[in-house]
Amino acid sequence: MNVVVCVKQIPDPAAPPALDAGTKNLVRAGKLILDDSDAYGVEMALQLADAAGGGEVTLVSMAPNGETSGLRTALAMGAARAILVSDDLLAGTDALGTAKVLAAAIKRAEPDLILAATESSDGYTGTTPVQIAELLGLPSVTFAKKVEITGTSVKVERQTEAGYDEVESPLPVLVTVTAGVVEPRYPSFKGIMAAKSKPVEILTVADLGLDAGQVGSAGARQRITQVADAEARAAGELVVDEGEGHQRVIEFLEQLKVL
Amino acid sequence: MSVDKIWVLAEVADGAPITTTLELITQARQLAGTVEAVAWGEATESVAATLGEYGVTTVHDVGDLGGALPGVPIASAIAAAVSAGNGPDAILLPATYDGRDVAGRLSAKLDRPVLTNVVGLTADDGGLVTQHAIFGGSQVLSARFTAEGPGIYLIRAKSFAAEPSGGAPASVVAAPAPDSGATNAARIIARHVEERTGPKLDEAAVVVSGGRGLGEKDQYALIEELASLLKGAAGASRAIVDAGWVPYSHQVGQTGKTVKPTVYLACGISGATQHLVGMKNSKNIVAINKDADAPIFSVADLGIVGDVHKVLPKLIEALKAKG
Repeated sequence: MNVVVCVKQIPDPAAPPALDAGTKNLVRAGKLILDDSDAYGVEMALQLADAAGGGEVTLVSMAPNGETSGLRTALAMGAARAILVSDDLLAGTDALGTAKVLAAAIKRAEPDLILAATESSDGYTGTTPVQIAELLGLPSVTFAKKVEITGTSVKVERQTEAGYDEVESPLPVLVTVTAGVVEPRYPSFKGIMAAKSKPVEILTVADLGLDAGQVGSAGARQRITQVADAEARAAGELVVDEGEGHQRVIEFLEQLKVL
Repeated sequence: MSVDKIWVLAEVADGAPITTTLELITQARQLAGTVEAVAWGEATESVAATLGEYGVTTVHDVGDLGGALPGVPIASAIAAAVSAGNGPDAILLPATYDGRDVAGRLSAKLDRPVLTNVVGLTADDGGLVTQHAIFGGSQVLSARFTAEGPGIYLIRAKSFAAEPSGGAPASVVAAPAPDSGATNAARIIARHVEERTGPKLDEAAVVVSGGRGLGEKDQYALIEELASLLKGAAGASRAIVDAGWVPYSHQVGQTGKTVKPTVYLACGISGATQHLVGMKNSKNIVAINKDADAPIFSVADLGIVGDVHKVLPKLIEALKAKG
């Protein structure tokens, strides 16, 4: 069974984010790392390929400057290979443009199953996976808590407001997985060494046969008109707990008539 | 492009439109002369009465989905209306599980982008301008579409207040979904309702949330007990959802739920921007964290610098003693 996992390489979330003063795009110039949200998809893909008695896990990603450090992390976990789309034309690409690029790249891997996170940690639009499914003419099941392959179909427990739905779909299908549903493995030393020589195919917009007008800022068809400071909350009271901190909480709740 | 007609996705739960749908309709009334809705499922007639009360004149009823997930058939029905020239100038969708599916599908079908995580929507210069909270809500970004065609907007819960306009029941017109072939192959085979004691997370007057500072999964029981004593709901930071301690449905923040309770108690939560954006509009915020420099204290009305393992058990005991 061939599984494609869409992964995003993002600026370290621990570092303060910033917008470019001119384009108002998120600054993505520094070193990028594997989005934590994607580690669950990678782990699930490895487990499902194992359970199916073999198959290949391929990573598909789009990033500036041929960045592969995040991909190497996922390759070290056990993915077999990666397809990276990297092209200066892609600067400023929006979610739909990204979906067009990833869909074209995914097609080359001929997957039975495509996994993605429900949303990235940096841009968090959360629409790209479903846009990819539509562009590829595939069904999709989002917000999966559990994924099981049975022959030629997939059974998913999908998160709902009230609980969860059991959903069944024939393969190929795109599934988005929520965080915390599997425990991503730590790459072993052997895995890290092996990842260095695993194939990473780097493609351009032209390689994918896409028109430059569909991607980048030109394809985005939306613009940021303003960025302003939000109204700040007034500073509150700070109490150091020396054994009686809970009393202050109770007084506060009483004051608000919550108690 | 002027905005004359807005469609709102009417998501229904327990036989009635969800609150976020009513919030979007209320705001749509301020922005366009005609507000219509797209609905599906069984209770369309009674739903149409409620939607009318908030200002919807016509409900486009896609009908029974036959066990399909809403994303594909609803998007197909809207896309068909747009292609036939009967579509709206803007489509507002609640940022729910199904709302996001519909928006993504529709976007690709119409080849139109989506503006997501919208928290404000205003009319300006013949079009609509969106507001988005970024960097933990410390900044507000405004955006707009630059090309022709209907704008697709995914809007976060509690961005607007829901207020009825006293309108008559909306008329219902059938809007069946065209056949979508393989894309519509997924089927719901069973629905599971999880037992919930106490109010819903996004409707509770009190929300008690736990984070990494709890140390281990078992300690989340403190959060649940405190929430129950305060007749509130238990929430969580992304860190402990990612760690598998609690399900995604508990997550408060950018990638989870937006809450606006009377009191929000953040316990052992540092206050990453990801979390702040989902709770910083709470009316009152109490934070308990052992690190005095934790960013959560910058939005707290009352901050207790202390160990949750010491403060929470005492707080629980004191509340029990009060009865």
